[in-house]
Amino acid sequence: MNDVSAHLNETPAKPDPLWKRWAKAALLLRESRVGMVGAGIVVIFVLLAIFAPVVAPYDPNLPILPMAYPGTAAPDGGIFLLGTDHLGRDILSRIIWGGQRVLFYATLATCSAYVVGIVMGLVAGYFKGWVDEALSFVANVILSFPIMVLYVLIIAKFGASGLNIVFAVVFASSPGIMRIVRGVTLDIATRDYIAAAQTRGESPWYIMLVEILPNAKGPLIVDFCLRMGYTTITIGALGFLGLGLPPPDPDWGGMITDTRAFVTGGFPHMAIMPACAVSLLVLGFNLLADGLREVSLRD
Amino acid sequence: MSENADTPVLEIADLRLSYYTRAGEIPAVMDFSLTIGKGESVGLVGESGCGKSTVANGIMRYMGKNGDIVGGTIKFQGRDMAEMSEEEVRRMRGKDIAMIYQEPMAALNPALSIGEQLCEVTIVHEAASEAEANARALEMLDSVDIPDPQRLMDSYPHQISGGQQQRVVIAMALLSKPALLLLDEPTTALDVTVEAGIVELIAELSRKYETSLLYISHNLGLMLEVCDRICVMYSGEVVEEGHIDSIFEWPKHPYTHGLFGCIPLPHADKNARPLCAIPGQLPLPHERPEGCYFGPRCSFFEAGRCDRDLIPIEEVFTDDDPGHRVRCLRWNEIEPGDAVPKTDSRDAIEVGDIVLEIDGMRKYYEVRDTSLAAMISGKGVTHVKANEAISFSAGEGETVAIVGESGCGKSTFAKVLMGLEEATEGEIRLGDTNIANLPVRERTQEQLRSLQMVFQNPNDTLNPSLTVGDQISRVIKRFGIESDPAKIQDRVFALLDTVKLPREFARRKPRQLSGGQKQRIGIARAFAGEPKTVIADEPISALDVSVAAAVTELLMDIQREFKTTLLFISHDLSAVRYLADRVVVMYLGQIMERGFTNDVFAPPYHPYTEALLSAVPIADPKVEKRRIVLEGSLPSALNPPKGCPFATRCPRKIGDICDNEVPPEQNASARHAIACHIPMAELSEVAPVISLAEEVPA
Amino acid sequence: MLQLLLRRLGLMVLIMLVVALMLFFMNEGDPRNVARGVLGPYAQAEQLDAWITQNGYDRPILTRYFDWLGRLMVGDLGQSVIYKRPVADIFWERLGNTGILAGVTFVFMVIIALVLGVLAGMSEGSLRDRVISVISITTTSVPEYASAVILAGVFVFYLKWLPGTSSMTGGFNVVELILPVMVLTLYGFGYIARMTRASMAEVMTTPYIRTAVLKGLPYKRIILKHALRNALIAPFTVIMLQINWLLSGVVVTEYAFGYKGFGALLLEAALRRDIFVIEACGVAAVFVAVFTQTIGDIGYTYLNPRIRFK
Repeated sequence: MNDVSAHLNETPAKPDPLWKRWAKAALLLRESRVGMVGAGIVVIFVLLAIFAPVVAPYDPNLPILPMAYPGTAAPDGGIFLLGTDHLGRDILSRIIWGGQRVLFYATLATCSAYVVGIVMGLVAGYFKGWVDEALSFVANVILSFPIMVLYVLIIAKFGASGLNIVFAVVFASSPGIMRIVRGVTLDIATRDYIAAAQTRGESPWYIMLVEILPNAKGPLIVDFCLRMGYTTITIGALGFLGLGLPPPDPDWGGMITDTRAFVTGGFPHMAIMPACAVSLLVLGFNLLADGLREVSLRD
Repeated sequence: MSENADTPVLEIADLRLSYYTRAGEIPAVMDFSLTIGKGESVGLVGESGCGKSTVANGIMRYMGKNGDIVGGTIKFQGRDMAEMSEEEVRRMRGKDIAMIYQEPMAALNPALSIGEQLCEVTIVHEAASEAEANARALEMLDSVDIPDPQRLMDSYPHQISGGQQQRVVIAMALLSKPALLLLDEPTTALDVTVEAGIVELIAELSRKYETSLLYISHNLGLMLEVCDRICVMYSGEVVEEGHIDSIFEWPKHPYTHGLFGCIPLPHADKNARPLCAIPGQLPLPHERPEGCYFGPRCSFFEAGRCDRDLIPIEEVFTDDDPGHRVRCLRWNEIEPGDAVPKTDSRDAIEVGDIVLEIDGMRKYYEVRDTSLAAMISGKGVTHVKANEAISFSAGEGETVAIVGESGCGKSTFAKVLMGLEEATEGEIRLGDTNIANLPVRERTQEQLRSLQMVFQNPNDTLNPSLTVGDQISRVIKRFGIESDPAKIQDRVFALLDTVKLPREFARRKPRQLSGGQKQRIGIARAFAGEPKTVIADEPISALDVSVAAAVTELLMDIQREFKTTLLFISHDLSAVRYLADRVVVMYLGQIMERGFTNDVFAPPYHPYTEALLSAVPIADPKVEKRRIVLEGSLPSALNPPKGCPFATRCPRKIGDICDNEVPPEQNASARHAIACHIPMAELSEVAPVISLAEEVPA
Repeated sequence: MLQLLLRRLGLMVLIMLVVALMLFFMNEGDPRNVARGVLGPYAQAEQLDAWITQNGYDRPILTRYFDWLGRLMVGDLGQSVIYKRPVADIFWERLGNTGILAGVTFVFMVIIALVLGVLAGMSEGSLRDRVISVISITTTSVPEYASAVILAGVFVFYLKWLPGTSSMTGGFNVVELILPVMVLTLYGFGYIARMTRASMAEVMTTPYIRTAVLKGLPYKRIILKHALRNALIAPFTVIMLQINWLLSGVVVTEYAFGYKGFGALLLEAALRRDIFVIEACGVAAVFVAVFTQTIGDIGYTYLNPRIRFK
């Protein structure tokens, strides 16, 4: 008879270091073409945002040559790849710098919302009872507001500044995140390995953070990408409505609203370029989220 | 090979079925041949992954987008199915060939009434009018022994019990009087007593309508009761086929021998002749070995002979079974007596002092009725009486089994014991302390460490995000057994050795392990703290026969090594009879009978124990069983009967006293108690349920 | 069932009261703030105080709150500072306009989304499914303010088919409704379509659909009779929630096209601190949102056969 226990007692090698495991996980995404496209788009925007000072051809607030169409030559010998706006500022540079602002605030806001939402969701889903009812009621109240209405009310009341916008996003988004985390927590809490942890006498926070949260990774990562998209849209919408970050620093929504009158006047590029920019970035996030969802289902 | 002049209902020859995935073609079934005559019942036996369900799907031409018939022929009533168009196959489904699956609740559409789903069959296949369809459906429901068929027609699937659901599914399948019925594990999801009724019903109906059956299962004992011939599959191939009697008397293929060696029979003794698990594991479809697929696990493997070419299937002429075929080169050389490898006998564990004592434990759950009606009448709170008056004790090194079907309260009992719930009343003494009202968060580390649990579902028992090694070492750290990382690592490896898994597994995540392997890790984890008492909640119910045998033996070995008291919760009476020293039988939250295993499984019986014993299928043709089938279903736990909980279904009910008065606990002998109104003298005169053919029942 | 209905309605009322309280506190918590809003930024402190005592703003806040609620009940929404007219005059008209815009959008959105979602879910993994999915993802990436300018560029500037603004100055004109409806529908249908697709795809893999197939039922019957009945339950809730989203989307869209609706009113009031209008709009918005959510919940429970037939 063959000895099936031949390898029983060999001591195994050391496990892979953390960075290697993350790299392997990221490469999994290769299986989804859609996801790869999305990731590519997002990576490009992130790089542009990080290297904005180096990559942007002109100062975004410097008026040079008003109302120039895309491809027009610039006085200093370069080209305005995307044209200039009604005040003469290079649109490409404004889009790049605007992108930096959007990504910065969107990331900050979404991550903060996540921290709040995760804690609330874990607590509500694990402890249940009156804690859950109270937290869910608060979430329901916030979620009853149509979201733009909520933002308009908050910003109009407290003023438009970067911090206020972040605060508004955290306030408006965390209930949604809380709901997802709560749902996953309620489900996972019924599993036997949670009971095993409880019968070991583990503390509730250990169970929530070590046993439950890592298993909620899948839907949360997908939601994170989607939410980055929503937040980008929201920041743009606030800028569009005039409730965004103060001028003259470029803000995609603000760029659109300032130049949309010129669309019918023969200069559509001024408004359409930032419109495409925001759509492209959000598309990147959405495709990435879809790819991640596909890959996590296959696991 | 039927003697009828009729063409066989189903004739499969050299069938090959494959699935196409990203990894390429995966052959699921290879070289499968089978013939089923008119009115014949053939069983298809094998463990998970052997391809038996794939065969059924292939017959129905329902293999999904990725599956295909790669070779061979399937002939239904003489016609080659490959020549039929999609439309013709559709017309045959439900009318000429019907199929029944495992989970009856899931098989019925929750949004349509039972009547609608039943009538559809005749309306679509026989162009019946609504009135006709209705009449036929009612008639069929009557044939499947459903009381009050009209009310059922108007009900929805979630409103009826599991047993009734399966009867409806059977009725639906037989409505158009198909010539062939495929059944894929139809009773696995049902309770044992319900299962017995369904099995009997299927046999009766197939006789009545002359339907041929292809009965797929992993349960050999069940096959004995239903089938004329069986076919044993391993890794996509038929390894043995023949008449049921000849296979059970003298199985010729080593795998078949091995399967029988894994099944605890009524007269098995866990110490004198332990179960012999089949070593190794089922090969993955793309890792099949050269030559005989069973080779690596076979004790008769001969290098050079068994690992060269594909083994053909050959006829056996040495017994009276003309259709008997085996796929083995050496079957002739194996003596029947040597077939099952001899396992070493073990010494019985000596039972020590009492370690755990449960005294009058009661667990009620509060149910708040929040409807307006309840608020008005003031009767808002009712109780689910999950556990009532539980009392028994367990000694050091003893194995006490808690037996019962779903709804009997055994899971609740486990939760209270572990501290996940608190008892409403009564005491549970662990050593000297009463832990009945001590929730987990308030227990000392010593208490936590001495009482651990093995869980039922291998897929849920481990955290998917952590490695196996991390999970075991966490237990070791938590209970303060070791704190030096190197020493902890050593312990983890030692535990893996004990559960006979490669040390390399410490680095793996649970999803890289099979069900049996995960369950072993669950056991390793439970024993990591060297507990004095372990509760095993249905640890083998979700496992294949050979894997279950291996895990059972593992539990026995570990228990012996650590002298642990084992509380074994199960509904599997065969396993219980095999490994338990003492048994507690529960029904609807109450103890019906308790005592030493031999005492409980012999007369005098509690009527429920009697019915349970009768319901369990036994894979031994020499054993005779009295048939007792229970009518009705479990009463609601919200409103249990005032007197004996079993009174609503008891075949030996003596009268109103059973409904109105709680039965007293009568002592049949020392430490053997039965809760029944029937006088002990009468109970002692009852004939045994199970007897060997040579003995004459009293 | 009845008892469930009452519970949900009760919860709805509770949420409304809490929200109204929050709105009230935010806007009228500080009496000076209100006074300044009415009298203008240049008012002096004594004028503010005089106004406060004159109009009863020196009373405790909770008293004022209930007073306000009472007035709301009878339809007295206060006086608009910007328009110098009773709020009610402008409010209902604007709400009606938004109702038209939202209503038309809703019809188109739901039909497109359900059809595409069912078609995609029916044939999961096929080319049809992938195309529909990609379309849905793409359209939900283009926010209303972006599509507004892009579509304006195409239809107003380039093709010259449609007017650039929708202020309906010459009375009600359907043509002016087209662009705003298009913008909203384009963004809104994608989410519903994807949820419908997911629900349909899930239903198609259930054991009871397998039973239906193996019973030999024709494909059309399986889809229409067996699958849809279960698949459309979840999308129903999603559709109700989209109404909530619509109220949000109209803010940007009406502003973009100059459509005189409720969203534009809210925006203007918020920017110019017209307190009573803000309150009225806020309460109305939340009312619609909570009401549709409640309908969605109740409907879901009702449609779910396991709960309906107990």
